[in-house]
Amino acid sequence: MKVIEAKNITKVYNADKVPVNALRGVSFSVDKGEFTAIVGPSGCGKSTLLNIVGGLDSPSEGEITIDGKDLSNLKENKLIDFRLNKIGFVFQSYNLIPVLTAKENISLIMELQGLSKKARDDRAMELLKAVGLEGKEHKKPSELSGGQQQRVAVARALASEPSFILADEPTANLDSVSTNNLLDIMAEMNREKGTTFIFSTHDQRVINKARRVIKLDDGLIVSDDNMVLNP
Amino acid sequence: MYLKLAWRNIWRNKRRTLITLASIAFAVFFASITQSMQLGTYANMISNSVRFYTGYAQIHKSGYWEEKSLDNSFALPENITEVLAGNKSIAGMIPRVESFSLVAYGEKAKAAMLIGIDPMKENELTSLKKRLTKGQYLAGNENSLMMGQGLADYLNVSIGDTLALIGQGYHGINAVGKYHVKGIIETPIAAFNDQAIYLPLATAQFYFGMEDQVTSLAINVDDEAKLERLKAHINNQLGSDEYEVMTWREMMPELVQQIELDYVSGRIILFILYIIIGFGMFGTFLMMAKERTYEFGILVAIGMRRMRLKLLSLLELVMLSFGGVLLGVIISLPILTILHFNPIPISGEYAEVYKKFGIEPVLNFSISPVIFTDQATIILVLSLLLGIYPVWHIHRLRVVEAIRS
Ligand SMILES: Nc1ncnc2c1ncn2[C@@H]1O[C@H](COP(=O)(O)OP(=O)(O)O)[C@@H](O)[C@H]1O
Ligand SMILES: [Mg+2]
Repeated sequence: MKVIEAKNITKVYNADKVPVNALRGVSFSVDKGEFTAIVGPSGCGKSTLLNIVGGLDSPSEGEITIDGKDLSNLKENKLIDFRLNKIGFVFQSYNLIPVLTAKENISLIMELQGLSKKARDDRAMELLKAVGLEGKEHKKPSELSGGQQQRVAVARALASEPSFILADEPTANLDSVSTNNLLDIMAEMNREKGTTFIFSTHDQRVINKARRVIKLDDGLIVSDDNMVLNP
Repeated sequence: MYLKLAWRNIWRNKRRTLITLASIAFAVFFASITQSMQLGTYANMISNSVRFYTGYAQIHKSGYWEEKSLDNSFALPENITEVLAGNKSIAGMIPRVESFSLVAYGEKAKAAMLIGIDPMKENELTSLKKRLTKGQYLAGNENSLMMGQGLADYLNVSIGDTLALIGQGYHGINAVGKYHVKGIIETPIAAFNDQAIYLPLATAQFYFGMEDQVTSLAINVDDEAKLERLKAHINNQLGSDEYEVMTWREMMPELVQQIELDYVSGRIILFILYIIIGFGMFGTFLMMAKERTYEFGILVAIGMRRMRLKLLSLLELVMLSFGGVLLGVIISLPILTILHFNPIPISGEYAEVYKKFGIEPVLNFSISPVIFTDQATIILVLSLLLGIYPVWHIHRLRVVEAIRS
């Protein structure tokens, strides 16, 4: 089953001034259960592509279907609700609300979904355990390391039980130990729960962990390789 | 969750929040003190004027207030007096006869305001007895008078001296009489001090040749708020346009106007104060919104509707503002309560100015709840008005750009 289907996506920034062609006709699709990296040098269009796939931005041209739905005609609030329920987001850094504890950050998204306090608490604790942060539930983001913060962000993204998780350079600000740790957790979620992950990176160690690697250069896909990790 | 979020967001920058709270509290404190002093002073002015002379309302023969002549006097029929006496809202009815006459002693003479009073009833409304500085208070019917200290000084009379009064009585008859000085009173109202002569009512009526007639019937009430209704009621009971009922507001329009003018000028000062405080609040609100652009972007990205974010922002502003109001009230309430029960006496030159205007020379402070609800309302409206900025900021927030920043 396809969760993402993109056809001929282009994105032009500053169309009326000095146009920047961030994406110049990108087509690809992602199936449920994939563990896919979008890779390429800085400025190649990774964030732009993930933002469009995540319904945060709209393409200049082309068609995109997310989880079987064309988002281009959705009203703002419907689009926000769609993101809330269907897509998990992990950003490069400072993902978390600084005044909320780790548990509250995870809870928040479920509260927006209307879950009961009990259900939220149970799931938040379960997720914290899954990302190896048992006992840190009452810590504020500022009391957690960068790697721990990113793990809370992954837990938060998982909390809403989305169709897939988009992570834009989630390890860019992490040291190699934390990077490995985060990727291992993501891979485990993918393996055990079948969670679909699409993450961007330009770090070779991260690329090595992906099962599929889509290489972007200057707004175009230059290669799309399926790695066979477990033959 | 929203309350928790708002509360924690407010305390994200402790110093800024404390400064904002302090500046709102200061404004509330200053405004409360100012307004309390104003309202206290007005109450003082009103009670001075009302309690010292006019009463809360008066009944006259129609046209008397326009043309204060003895010929416009009246005697209420007994049945009406009885009906009025049965009116529970009326705390007292004080009959008076009032006109000008010439008063002479030795070589000196002066125009005096002659007031015929029922000594007991008069004392109930005006506490005239307390103003007595020399001699004795008038009893029922006697051939004696009390006079203002200023007038006594001018004529150089003292207790026991006999004064001659010459004037025009009812329907133009000649009024002549000799009365001895029984008491001297001192009042804060200059006009009374320098001109007033009090005679027992019957003595005055005899002097003016107007048996049983009075020029006014002053009415005392316990509850000023009911005055307008009482007036309508009395009008009804009098049942004829032979009489006029006037409240103190109608009798002393200058006082009412003076109070209103002063109130407006006080409001203007407060308005300026609140504008200055408003700029400070706006600075805080602006920063609270601007510095969280990235965070707002994240929240909208992961699925928070903008409306919720706007409400959260407004909640923060309102909580912060109300905290300031609360602080201001907590600071000013005890101070105002102390001042309310212990008015500050005014001394020296200012006291003279006050006396000249007929006001007791004390600074009174009101503790009417209006003082505080006014500040709370102003601050609330101000913060909601200033809240337009963060709401607008969230409204036009571009998620992708917010996250990129
Ligand atoms: N809002 C924007 N306005 C103008 N140019 C932009 C904007 N966002 C991105 N770009 C440009 O688009 C190109 C792709 O950027 P981006 O998607 O962020 O790449 P990456 O994430 O791979 O580093 C870059 O040249 C970048 O400067
Ligand atoms: Mg990027």
